[in-house]
Amino acid sequence: MEPLIVYPESAPYHVLKTLDEGGYPYISVNLVSKITQLEPEEGWSGAIVCADQNLDDAFFICRHLRTKEHQISPLLLVIDRPNLAKLELREDLCDDFVILPLDPRELQIRLQRLFFRTGRGLVQEVIEYGPLHVNLETYQASIGSRALDLTYMEYQLLTFLASHPGRVFDRETLLSRVWGYEYYGGARTVDVHVRRLRAKLGEQHETLIETVRSVGYRFGRHQRT
Amino acid sequence: MQKATSNNSVVSRTDKESQIEYVLKTVEERKVDFIQLWFSDVLGTPKSFQITPAELENALEEGMTFDGSAIDGFSRVQESDVIALPDPTTFSLLPTDPTMARVFCDIYNLDLTPFEGCPRNTLRRALDRAHTLGYSFFAAPELEYFYFSKTEASHEPIPLDSGSYFELTVSDLGSQLRKRTVLALEDMGIPVEYSQHEDAPSQHEIDLRYTDALTMADNVMTTRLLTKEIAASSGISATFMPKPIAGVQGSGMHTHFSLFQGNKNAFYDPDAEYGLSVIAKQFIAGLLAHASEITAVTNQWVNSYKRLVVGYEAPVYVSWAQNNRSALVRVPKPKTNKPDSTRIEYRALDAAANPYLAFAVILGAGLLGIEREYKLGDQTFDNLFKMTPEQVTKQGIKSLPGNLDEAIREMDGSDLVRSVLGAHVFEWFVRNKRDEWSGYKTHVSQYELDRYLGHL
Repeated sequence: MEPLIVYPESAPYHVLKTLDEGGYPYISVNLVSKITQLEPEEGWSGAIVCADQNLDDAFFICRHLRTKEHQISPLLLVIDRPNLAKLELREDLCDDFVILPLDPRELQIRLQRLFFRTGRGLVQEVIEYGPLHVNLETYQASIGSRALDLTYMEYQLLTFLASHPGRVFDRETLLSRVWGYEYYGGARTVDVHVRRLRAKLGEQHETLIETVRSVGYRFGRHQRT
Repeated sequence: MQKATSNNSVVSRTDKESQIEYVLKTVEERKVDFIQLWFSDVLGTPKSFQITPAELENALEEGMTFDGSAIDGFSRVQESDVIALPDPTTFSLLPTDPTMARVFCDIYNLDLTPFEGCPRNTLRRALDRAHTLGYSFFAAPELEYFYFSKTEASHEPIPLDSGSYFELTVSDLGSQLRKRTVLALEDMGIPVEYSQHEDAPSQHEIDLRYTDALTMADNVMTTRLLTKEIAASSGISATFMPKPIAGVQGSGMHTHFSLFQGNKNAFYDPDAEYGLSVIAKQFIAGLLAHASEITAVTNQWVNSYKRLVVGYEAPVYVSWAQNNRSALVRVPKPKTNKPDSTRIEYRALDAAANPYLAFAVILGAGLLGIEREYKLGDQTFDNLFKMTPEQVTKQGIKSLPGNLDEAIREMDGSDLVRSVLGAHVFEWFVRNKRDEWSGYKTHVSQYELDRYLGHL
């Protein structure tokens, strides 16, 4: 599945988390120009536009994505309940919407429904990267033919990293995106879990997760941006 | 505000749901036959009951109700039923038997409030407190223990070898068992920093890599259990008894502690003396000021105090130092390129303590030092073990409690320990330990028979 556009970069945490958990690849953008610049070869699979921070900008982006040039679909709008009235007479703006505060379960189901209907590819069920194979349906990860015994958080960290190969994440980002709540361990916990994951991947594959000095971690090969 | 709260509760519920689903799927995919639900009694003895995959979903969602009155420290006057609710993030397959998995439980009352007798809840409460002050608390323990041949009739400990510290022994059974234990721990995601032959015959040590204190307390429970289980499968017994053989080193659990503020080691200050921040000094000062009060928890058995004697590597005096192994608190030099490794080592703890309660009181003492801005005295450069008790006292250095009785008296008067443990655990603990002491006090030992029977 090609990535989705997520607007803006500071999209609500639960939106990103739901996408991560569902295995939807995405690229978050703040600028209209980036939408053309970063467009994947086969086009964007869709877009999620969050209007929680600036309604006008979000509507502008929606209209932009609906122009002939782009015609991006499906388009899901994330909007505050008090602003619902603003959607009247704007049926063309989006394919579907969810309201804030968000029920992640609802978002999950809406996403499934949207992507099923448009047939642009169903939810990703496996992540494959070199010898690594993760089945998101059964929650099982293996390297080569060897099954990995992972704790829940190790599994979450691995799938998060592996669904964004080549990207560098700092510890705070990983903590907020993978753990998602104020965790006893603080940012140091990330190091502890990465070390465990590497140990479980085995010596031969431990370099799948690279330490990027004074920044954080990256899964897989370095990608030019 | 209200909006945020309701939003959070939705999310935490779905987080929990996906954790539960992860466990259920893994059990199904990996063909697990039995799941052990683990929890700790107040003394740190592991308790467990075993369920089948069919019962698992219900157990994860609603917990398993059981009669707590048979568990040490769980008994109450009115209601004896409690609920063991598995913490799905601790789920792990057991490397010793791939058809088995284990998961740690928190104990709840029937009305789903945290049960006050559950040590995991006690530590969690202490960590929550640290958290509100902006700190996360890390621990890295060094567990020492002995392997003994199992003898049928007597309790006589028979060492497997006569090795000593770091001795490179040729495929002796003890080292093989230790190696198997280390591999099993690594399989469970419990990384081991070092493991080695210790000072005394048949004594071994496993050092765990630092992690947050709650996970580490779970890890200590797992390590003790696996060590014993793997030994037992070869007909050997492994023991964490603090002093099993008179005249040789006892088994301690020196533990390294650090506080982090987000990504930053709160104990480190590049501009300060020894690289130790004000926070670190206040934490150490808190530990030293309240050391005697927490000793009943960190060293909870009659036998613990046979280890805390002059002449071995165990501390006796309340002092701190950078490089003085007679000190109670040692500040190891961090590697120059790794300031994050700044930490303090508390050397009184033994591996037979309840790690949840021990970590909780150590954290509590340190935090009190920070909150009340205790001043740290000078470090002790002298080897206190070479001085007479009078000389030590002259330097203004106090001793740790000399036996369980003294330790309980110190604890009984401690507001700190009472507030960290909570009234339920505190009162039960003091009562239980008084019983233990009176049982010991009235016992006539072999020592007395040997010395007095013919002579007097």
